[in-house]
Amino acid sequence: MQWEIVIGLEVHTQLSTQSKIFSGASTAYGALPNTQASFVDLALPGVLPVLNRGAVERAIKFGLAVNAKINSPSIFARKNYFYPDLPKGYQISQYERPIVEGGSIGIQMGETEKTIRLTRAHLEEDAGKSLHEDFHGMSGIDLNRAGTPLLEIVSEPDLRSSAEAVAYAKTLHALVRWIGICDGNMQEGSFRCDANVSVRPLGQEKYGTRCEIKNLNSFRFLEKAIDFEVGRQIEILEDGGSIRQETRLFDANKGETRTMRTKEDANDYRYFPDPDLLPVEIAPDWIEQLRASLPELPQVRRERYVIEYGLSGYDAAVLTSSREMADYFEAMARQLPECAKLCANWIMGDISARLNRDGLDIAECPVGAAHVVQLINRIQDGTISGKAAKTVFESLWQGEHGQNVDAIIEAKGLKQMSDNSALEKLIDDVLAANAQQVADYRGGKEKAFNALVGQVMKAAQGKANPAQVNALLKEKLG
Amino acid sequence: MFNDSLKQLSERLANRAISSVELTTEFLRRIGKLNPQYNAFITVNEEKSLAQARRADQKIAAGEIGPLTGIPIAQKDIFCAKGWLTTCGSKMLSNFVSPYDADVIERFNQAGAINIGKTNMDEFAMGSSNETSYFGPVRNPWDAVAVPGGSSGGSACAVAARMAPAATGTDTGGSIRQPAALCGISGIKPTYGTVSRYGMIAFASSLDQGGPMAKSAEDLALMLNVMTGFDERDSTSLQREKEDYARDLSRPLSGLRIGLPREYFAKGMSSDVEKAIEQALDEYRRLGAETVEVSLPNSSLSIPVYYVLAPAEASSNLSRFDGVRYGYRAQVFQDLAEMYRNTRAEGFGAEVKRRILIGTYVLSHGYYDAYYIKAQKLRRLIAQDFKNAFKQCDVIMGPTTPAVAFDLGEKSSDPIQMYLSDIYTSAANLAGLPGMSIPVGFGDKMRPVGLHIIGDYFSEARMLNIAHQYQLITDWHQRAPNL
Amino acid sequence: MTLSINDVKQVAGLAYIKVSEEEAEAALSQLSGIFKLIETMQAVDTSHVEPMSHAQDLVQRLREDKVTESDQRDLCQSIAPQVENGLYLVPKVIE
Repeated sequence: MQWEIVIGLEVHTQLSTQSKIFSGASTAYGALPNTQASFVDLALPGVLPVLNRGAVERAIKFGLAVNAKINSPSIFARKNYFYPDLPKGYQISQYERPIVEGGSIGIQMGETEKTIRLTRAHLEEDAGKSLHEDFHGMSGIDLNRAGTPLLEIVSEPDLRSSAEAVAYAKTLHALVRWIGICDGNMQEGSFRCDANVSVRPLGQEKYGTRCEIKNLNSFRFLEKAIDFEVGRQIEILEDGGSIRQETRLFDANKGETRTMRTKEDANDYRYFPDPDLLPVEIAPDWIEQLRASLPELPQVRRERYVIEYGLSGYDAAVLTSSREMADYFEAMARQLPECAKLCANWIMGDISARLNRDGLDIAECPVGAAHVVQLINRIQDGTISGKAAKTVFESLWQGEHGQNVDAIIEAKGLKQMSDNSALEKLIDDVLAANAQQVADYRGGKEKAFNALVGQVMKAAQGKANPAQVNALLKEKLG
Repeated sequence: MFNDSLKQLSERLANRAISSVELTTEFLRRIGKLNPQYNAFITVNEEKSLAQARRADQKIAAGEIGPLTGIPIAQKDIFCAKGWLTTCGSKMLSNFVSPYDADVIERFNQAGAINIGKTNMDEFAMGSSNETSYFGPVRNPWDAVAVPGGSSGGSACAVAARMAPAATGTDTGGSIRQPAALCGISGIKPTYGTVSRYGMIAFASSLDQGGPMAKSAEDLALMLNVMTGFDERDSTSLQREKEDYARDLSRPLSGLRIGLPREYFAKGMSSDVEKAIEQALDEYRRLGAETVEVSLPNSSLSIPVYYVLAPAEASSNLSRFDGVRYGYRAQVFQDLAEMYRNTRAEGFGAEVKRRILIGTYVLSHGYYDAYYIKAQKLRRLIAQDFKNAFKQCDVIMGPTTPAVAFDLGEKSSDPIQMYLSDIYTSAANLAGLPGMSIPVGFGDKMRPVGLHIIGDYFSEARMLNIAHQYQLITDWHQRAPNL
Repeated sequence: MTLSINDVKQVAGLAYIKVSEEEAEAALSQLSGIFKLIETMQAVDTSHVEPMSHAQDLVQRLREDKVTESDQRDLCQSIAPQVENGLYLVPKVIE
């Protein structure tokens, strides 16, 4: 039987506020345990939550970026369950009237674009952490993370493969960083995915029973977990079994998902509006103010790059995978609008490869866009060859010669021989020394021409412009 | 001196007839004498109180004296006070020394008042008789076999027995007004949002409101002047200009329209209470007020609505008591789940557990709409009833309680009978309206009767004026049990 | 609607309160009485009424995004049942 995979993602993005969503404690990562757990975060008796404007602002920005509806009033609700990393015994979250409703995100699969609909995005507080290393058979609780603002972004079950899920997650990851609402640091847990996975016979309308896989904190794990889970479900169904709806945990070491032991009794969360928090009104002019503050969005730039610069959809998608990369491209393309494809190739080729080698992000690239533009100019005007350009680039990377492109070309003697008389002399010498090949060529052997070009280039120590060599040779061999 | 008003005490302090240390010592001595029998205080801390008194004396010596500087105030043990045991009447918090001050405590400290001790209360403010306290019941100073009411029973007893000049209370369904009535003192629950809930241990967040309990309306006004004000730490705290609640005290009452809800006077009120209330209303007519009949058609629903909403909120508010970060933790358990279950089974008393179960049930899947949402809709109707009534009158009056104080143990095995003690008071909490009780005489067994005054939002100054004018021509508020 | 002993046990489970068989029985009879009182709500038609969650018809005030709290771990942990290395200790959490 042919199976169709159905996936919806719930992504928890940690919002990049200074302080927590309901308290004035710091959200900085990596502090000593419980040193950033304030009275409110510890749920001392009598303390109360007050909502952080920064968290609301970031949620609205996200809603605007995905063309969603911003709900006003928006309501906070309590989600009740017991867990030691949840100090109040309830999580302040949103149930009815989440701040963001609907919207969509376009993902690029090769040269085709697919729209993934969003269900909602709601604000909530993060829980603390349980540390399981052994404290005489006990667990240790660190509540520094408790109360960190999260935006939980829920997609419709529109994804049809692990590859689509990863593409969606990556696009979302790029977007939240692009609009500056989340640092996207996956190692620190700033961007965590839960995947709802089910399968159904191809052509069937009704969804299959789904399982939720929790806490996938890398794109690779997301892909592996979904692939494993899909395989598991198909195997059960093909053996005539049925899927039990449950929460599963991905074991990265074994590459499998397994049933989560806890929370099975906590399926009745008893949501109700939090009486400590009033309805959040979002005035239209606040929304407009935030809309005006948004940068040009990746989707818009992607389309613009295709139209304005004639790039392929794929190239445009890669270049807009981060705001820094897009800005880098744009800084180049604005100087070299006729050579936009060449700019794209440089970024996606040499620059990306070099960044990868040093484990750097394009924001940290030691060679600025202006230098690469200069470099391309020197290729374009024939001063240096494409091969020599790579040498110049490495020299720029190392910061040599004050990162002056011309100085590097000069110092390394990479200039091509554009002077006809010098080149002519060189060609004459080569022709004199290779009489046999000249005869072969004249006798109709086209191949001999290429060998002669090679000889000239060698004699010129790579500094000759191949086009010029071709032209002069043809002339002389006439 | 024990019968002095706050104003008189402040004058004595200002003209150095007495120091705060002396005054505090006098009250501590009286507490030492009476508390063993009446159990109004859970914690008395002589050292801390006297240290505050010494600071107050320095302030007074420097000429910095405000209306409450140097005056001992009893604090309900629901208010977190830094360095003080703050138990909320529960075993769960029997070892909880608060690391911080409630907004109310901060304000009293700022005013130079002395914390004379933490008063006994029904556990987590759930109760109407003070019998649910882990620290034992409080006794009514007018008759030691009677309950003082609850949940602010310790505060009511402390003021009535003159162990403190004034006290704080909190009121979720009547917890200031009902014990004030049963102990023959004055108490006011202001408009919801007037007193910050920060540091006031939550029972039902959308209903809880702190307020003062004192001998007279005038004292209440001085207390409110200190207790109220915007607090950015409480999202439901109202951003209003600071007002002087004593400003209207001397205003004459001519032209005052008093609404008498038909439903409150129909049935359920005992005859001794009715007699005292009627006499009080006659006094008001003599003061120039007129009485008009009004209707609160949904008032019979306030108890059922209250017993859905308050337990629902409480069940969630009390989830934080899990033995992990503070408070009681069970000694014996096999695993995490059992640690929770045993801690909560042992740390909470019967009434608290009962309400957690009710609240958990009404919020649970399948019952949420039928109970919780239904109750919230009725809450709106109840609030609208008052809105309509206030088109015809300035204030509403009636009995605070259907009967005078009952005996200890009389209702403790029948929760429903106990819940009905709040039949007249809980509607004001549901609507968020200010309500107060003042003593208007005695009923059966010479136990006090309270007159209930409900005002429109933010009409506290007017209500205090109305109470004060009555207290100028009567002396019920000056009567004290002979102890 | 009638409450069963299983309802009581289930609710006690959700609320993490251990109840013995006797306590459950006692709670059942008391809760049944209370719910009978609560049931009187159903007599009123509220189909056109909006639920009221708060005592005041106000909107949420927003706090500026500023760090205002400092480390008070020692103070807070001085009242904790069990701590080690700055962590609150609980019986092993199993996921």
